[in-house]
Parts: sequence; C-alpha cells; structure tokens
Amino acid sequence: MSMKATIRQVDSVSVIDISGRITLGEGCTELRELIRDQLSKGNKNILLNLADVTYIDSSGIGELVSAYTGVSKQGGTLRLLNLTKKVHDLLQITKLYTVFDVYDDEAKAISSFSKASSA
Amino acid sequence: MPFPYPMTPESSVVEVTLESDLKNVEVAEEISRRVAGTAGFDEDDQRRIEMAVHESMINAIWHGNKNDSSKSVWLRFQIHRDRLEIRIRDQGNGFDPQCVPNPLAQENLLNVSGRGIFLIRSFMDEFRVESISGLGTEVTMVKRLNSGIQQKQGGTDREHESHNSTS
Repeated sequence: MSMKATIRQVDSVSVIDISGRITLGEGCTELRELIRDQLSKGNKNILLNLADVTYIDSSGIGELVSAYTGVSKQGGTLRLLNLTKKVHDLLQITKLYTVFDVYDDEAKAISSFSKASSA
Repeated sequence: MPFPYPMTPESSVVEVTLESDLKNVEVAEEISRRVAGTAGFDEDDQRRIEMAVHESMINAIWHGNKNDSSKSVWLRFQIHRDRLEIRIRDQGNGFDPQCVPNPLAQENLLNVSGRGIFLIRSFMDEFRVESISGLGTEVTMVKRLNSGIQQKQGGTDREHESHNSTS
C-alpha cells in the first residue's frame, strides 16, 4: 500500500494524516511535496499524524528529518503525533526520538503550538 | 500478492533472481517474511529481518545497480539449525560499509541519508559485504535463532559456501 495523506486545518495547525508506507520513491516524494506545499501556503505549524503508517524505512526517516529541518528553517514547527510501535522503535534506535516533539494526544499536540507561538 | 516461492519446513533454501526494480523490494520483503516465519522467528524478529532485507534491496537496486532495470538482484535465504543466512547480490561496484558515517554522531543526527547500513547492523547479528569480481557486490546477513526456538524447529543445516568478508 503506497502512502496516502489528508490534510486538516485545526486552529493554526495543519494536521497531516498519513497512512501506508513512507519509503524510498513514492512515499518520500509525496511527503516532501506535501510539506513544501504547506510552507508555500504559509502554513508553518505542521503536525504529522503517523497513526496509520504501516512501514517506514531509512529513507522515510530521512524524509521526516528533512521535513523537520525544512520547516524549522522557515521559522515553523513540525511535530509528530501517534507513532506506531515500529516508527517509535526506529526513532529510538536512530536517536531521533529526542529530536522530534512527539505527542500521543492530538488536542495536547494542537495546544502545544499555541503555547509555543505565545511564548 | 501471490507468493511464487513456496517454502516448506523440509526445504532450507530459497533462491530467486529479481529484476532491479523498486517494485521488487516488496517481493523480497514478502519472501523474507515467509522464510523467517518458517525458520521459527517470532513476529518482532520477522519484522527486523524484513527491514534488513528491505534496506539491502534498496542499496542493491538504487546504489548498486543504479536503478537500471536491465540489471538484476540475486537473493538466497538459507535456514540453518541455529540461524537464517541471507545473501543479496547486485551487479554494482560495491561499497565499504566502514566509510559510511555514524548516523548516531551528533553532527550526523540530522542527516537526511546514511541510516540504511546502521539499521541492518541493528537488526541482524552479522553483516558482511564482499565485492566479487565480474559478478557484483554481495551482502551476507545472519540472524540467529534463540536456543528455545532452535529445539522446537530442529531445522536443517546444509553445507554452504564460505565467504570472505571485506568489512
């Protein structure tokens, strides 16, 4: 199953619900274009909901890093929501779990953006 | 997806040659899942083996064969009594895994690439790379079964060729 994504706007946050595989080729390219598109629209608060991601490989992890640094460079914030055990484990062993802000509650994740912008 | 490479407890070797196309990464994953299940690995280890095969296939197709679909990738899975040995060979010029920067180093943590070999090493017990003149580059990965599963499975342990390691 290739990657699918839907975008919801919740307050000032673009929530991107991703399902399927984030792997070299289709999934990574789609994610890159999604992030680029959001930034071009001025949406700099991005929450990636990874609850339905079935598979992610080293290229997919690299794409998450690229999204994180790309959004940060534009003065925005990218956070992760609902990691599956597979994704969680991969971020742990690659030491990226401490790099990303990770949430398992969408409401808390959304409110974290307003706290950050008002700080 | 139909599985064209039947694996039974009696057969200890699966060998297949796939066209060098990223679509075949999922075929290799499916084979690895079946073989690892037959060998007696639990679901977590099956997933680790599958990921190692995935990353090796990406390396073979993308980096080794330069995404040239006229080339091929050869895979061999062999179940031993105490381990599963997987060999994946491309038609590329090889690489030195020692030259891959440590992705856990602070200065590399936010690198976009360079985690594939690290993941393979993390998921498998052994990892070797050998360049074979005129044939390409062969990666050998070994995952050992734990002792409890060994006794339950009582798998075969056929003789196999020995390989020199360049890593």
